[in-house]
Amino acid sequence: MNARVNAREAILNSVRSALKRGPLDDTQRAALDARIPQHTRPAQDEDLVARFMRKFESRAGTVERVTGFDAVPAAVEAYRLGKGLPARAAVGAALKDLPWPADFEMNHGAAGIAEILSVSPAIAGIAETGSLMLAAGPGSPTTHNFVPDDHVVVLEASRIVGHFEEAWTILRARAEGMPRATNIISGPSRTADVEQTIQLGAHGPRRVHVILVG
Amino acid sequence: MEIRSKEFKERSVFAIHDASLQQALGKARGGFVGKRAQQAAELPEFEQLREEAKNTKNEILANLDHYLERYEQAVVAAGGHVHWARDAEEARNIILDICKRVDAKTITKGKSMVSEEIGLNEALIEHGMEVVETDLGEYIIQLAHEPPSHIIAPAVHKTKDQVSDLFEAAHGGPRKTEVADLVNEARQVLRDKYFRADVGITGGNFLVAETGSSIIVTNEGNGDLTQTLAKVHIVTSGIERVVPTLDDATLFLRLLARSATGQETETYTTISTGPRHADDLDGPQEYHVVLVDNGRSKMLGGRFRDMLRCIRCGACMNHCPVYGAVGGHAYGWVYPGPMGSVLTPLIKGLDAAYDLPNACTLNGRCASVCPVKIPLPDLLRELRHMQHQQDITPVMQKRALNLWRFAATRPKLYHALEQVAARVLSGISRKGRIRRLPLASAWTDSRDLPAPAGRTFLELWQGKRGQK
Amino acid sequence: MTETPTRGPRVGLFATCLMNVFRPNVGFSAVKLLEDAGCTVEVPAAQTCCGQPGYNSGDYDAARALARQVIETFEHYDYIVGPSGSCMATIRHDYPVLFQDDPQWLPRAQALSVKSWELLSFLADVLDATQSDAHYDGTATYHDSCSGLRGLGIKGQPRALLGEVDGLKLKEMEDSEVCCGFGGTFCVKYPEISEKMVDDKVRNILATGADTVVGGDLGCLMNIAGRLKRINAPVKVFHTAEVLAGLADGPGLAGAVKGSD
Repeated sequence: MNARVNAREAILNSVRSALKRGPLDDTQRAALDARIPQHTRPAQDEDLVARFMRKFESRAGTVERVTGFDAVPAAVEAYRLGKGLPARAAVGAALKDLPWPADFEMNHGAAGIAEILSVSPAIAGIAETGSLMLAAGPGSPTTHNFVPDDHVVVLEASRIVGHFEEAWTILRARAEGMPRATNIISGPSRTADVEQTIQLGAHGPRRVHVILVG
Repeated sequence: MEIRSKEFKERSVFAIHDASLQQALGKARGGFVGKRAQQAAELPEFEQLREEAKNTKNEILANLDHYLERYEQAVVAAGGHVHWARDAEEARNIILDICKRVDAKTITKGKSMVSEEIGLNEALIEHGMEVVETDLGEYIIQLAHEPPSHIIAPAVHKTKDQVSDLFEAAHGGPRKTEVADLVNEARQVLRDKYFRADVGITGGNFLVAETGSSIIVTNEGNGDLTQTLAKVHIVTSGIERVVPTLDDATLFLRLLARSATGQETETYTTISTGPRHADDLDGPQEYHVVLVDNGRSKMLGGRFRDMLRCIRCGACMNHCPVYGAVGGHAYGWVYPGPMGSVLTPLIKGLDAAYDLPNACTLNGRCASVCPVKIPLPDLLRELRHMQHQQDITPVMQKRALNLWRFAATRPKLYHALEQVAARVLSGISRKGRIRRLPLASAWTDSRDLPAPAGRTFLELWQGKRGQK
Repeated sequence: MTETPTRGPRVGLFATCLMNVFRPNVGFSAVKLLEDAGCTVEVPAAQTCCGQPGYNSGDYDAARALARQVIETFEHYDYIVGPSGSCMATIRHDYPVLFQDDPQWLPRAQALSVKSWELLSFLADVLDATQSDAHYDGTATYHDSCSGLRGLGIKGQPRALLGEVDGLKLKEMEDSEVCCGFGGTFCVKYPEISEKMVDDKVRNILATGADTVVGGDLGCLMNIAGRLKRINAPVKVFHTAEVLAGLADGPGLAGAVKGSD
């Protein structure tokens, strides 16, 4: 056995000796594996969409609502013009078939250091804290979520769930398994490391704008 | 990092007289305490969640070996690698080996207290690698060549002016004085580092056995840029951070941000599962987890198992009046405040940190806010007991205790001594108080001693009501 | 119906070390409050210290020796009551822990634990004695001593009782629940930190404009009074019991002695 294997066994043995027992037997292991956590979920008495919007906006996020996916490009365009940004963005390939304007330049690949605007699809919204859930994949590169100054996230209203536990159910149900990165995003990047003064845009996006569809 | 906990007394006195430090601590204290109290008040289930979190952690710890093995299996299934490190040196070597193998030149780091615990930066730098801390607070103290003074706000001891000076010296160019400009300057400098990094190292707030994921929680997004843009992502984490399922992680997530920064949630909660998939367009090509024991499995065996419930929120230090008076550096190692005063002697040795368990009034405020209900004062007292048993307690203190015990177990003698004390102290007092008292200068240097009236209560009582 | 004369509970008063030496008036105040509430009060002469200095210094053997003495002295009373959250929390919470592996003493420690009470919570929670005919002219601010507050849940009781005192205005200070820096031997082991903490406490007291500080533990009160005196702040310091018993008519802690004792 090499040193690494030794370390593993030594630590597990040390754990067991601290617990004053040997390895668990198969029955005990099966019982632990079958355990279903039943933790308290904070009560909610609010419409899911209303709560999501209220919470997300409470942390300096912005939300606008459109009726259908066809309206997303116009909303992105309005946001872009409002911020005075050029007609270019990193756009998750999952959104590439929307009716984008012909002169809108899109990068479906990873975001480079110069990327200043991105548009990503969320796979869920979580009303509990007003958070977005994004899954890394070919249709939604993770760099889109962190590199640009402005991050626009497209979320279907019907994908808003109440609690985190329901969001995990969505992850578990994915045919392709867990994404490499699952990003729960609750507003723009912020820091309070200089004298507890809150400053937005520490390293990640300075602004996060949700286009809520439906 | 080198331990300097033996200098606690000197360093604490120094800290009390450091005007900039006191200014910075004063600003921090009220904010953390008030925001946490508000979050706790706004969540009716908060106290229930604390109780569940305590119980759930206890169940996990009682089956820690099983969950670690399940976690390892799931990491491997997701294409990642798990490394086990018995101690700090083993952990450093594992990480050094990975960095050398990929010929790492630039290493970015998200905030990781375990990496501080194992002295990682020094080792990497010694091997010629550039190490860049990317959490703004960690970046500030890296520029200052200082260790963190708080586990979630590492630069809490720095004033804005001091940050301005550090940035001016490190970045050149005009001195910035506004927080927004300072943050922006760091943003620009660090962006370049993320994109150049070969290896990104982060901590792990939770390790999920169900999925083989590591979870980090940040406000800045630096941890995400660190782990997404580097070719290799290394997670350093203590073995006690494993949880069975995502649902269990959620229980602790609901408590963590509220207890730590007084936020309902932090901005980013990121669940990382293995390296980049074949069809992914970004993300690291390798994903490694270094599971660090470094004394933890020993803690599991005795009175200090409770300490392994710690989720590193920092609420104990935010509410500790001693921490509030002296700041984190006085504690002399990686973990300050109440949790640090328990962990430091356990990891580094009882006699390496005599003062830490003693420099506490046992006021209990830390335990009253701990999200996983660690009985910190009881653990500190238990460390004092171990010091007493192992003769680490100073001789003079032991002698005083023995004298006190001798007298106090002899009521007549004790009362006679009390009567003498009451008379003598009353006799030397003026206007109801004593301003100087030889042998008690530790009291009278800063306070008057209220004078007794001359006769003890028991004396007076027996005079009035007769012997019972 | 025949009326049988009811006899109130028989209470053993725990005369804490600091009270015995420094502030007998607190003992007499406690006796008055208990007797007014219908108790029969005795002060056993065989008592000394609860053992907390040993316990908190890690000398568990010494703490156990003292605990056995307290148990033997007080176990035949209906209640053991003391004017200190700190000493009474030791008896209530720490004695059973000290004897957890001692089958002979554990039941006796547990039996004493459940009938041990800090004075104010005993008056309010057990006797429901919430009336007061005392009078005090002044504005007082209440300091929550840590052991009483977090160990025994004493927070509302003293405030409610003080609210009944004629002429007394209560004004809350900022951070009333933050430790004053006494901490038993802490204050002499780490005097500079203790001074910083008591300074913060004194600043909050002075900010209220109150002319009086009240609290339930003499350790804290001596620390606060000593610091107030040292900086010549004209604020009086009393134990809650003294004010409630109407015996706060003399000088406060560290105040000039008037007349004879």
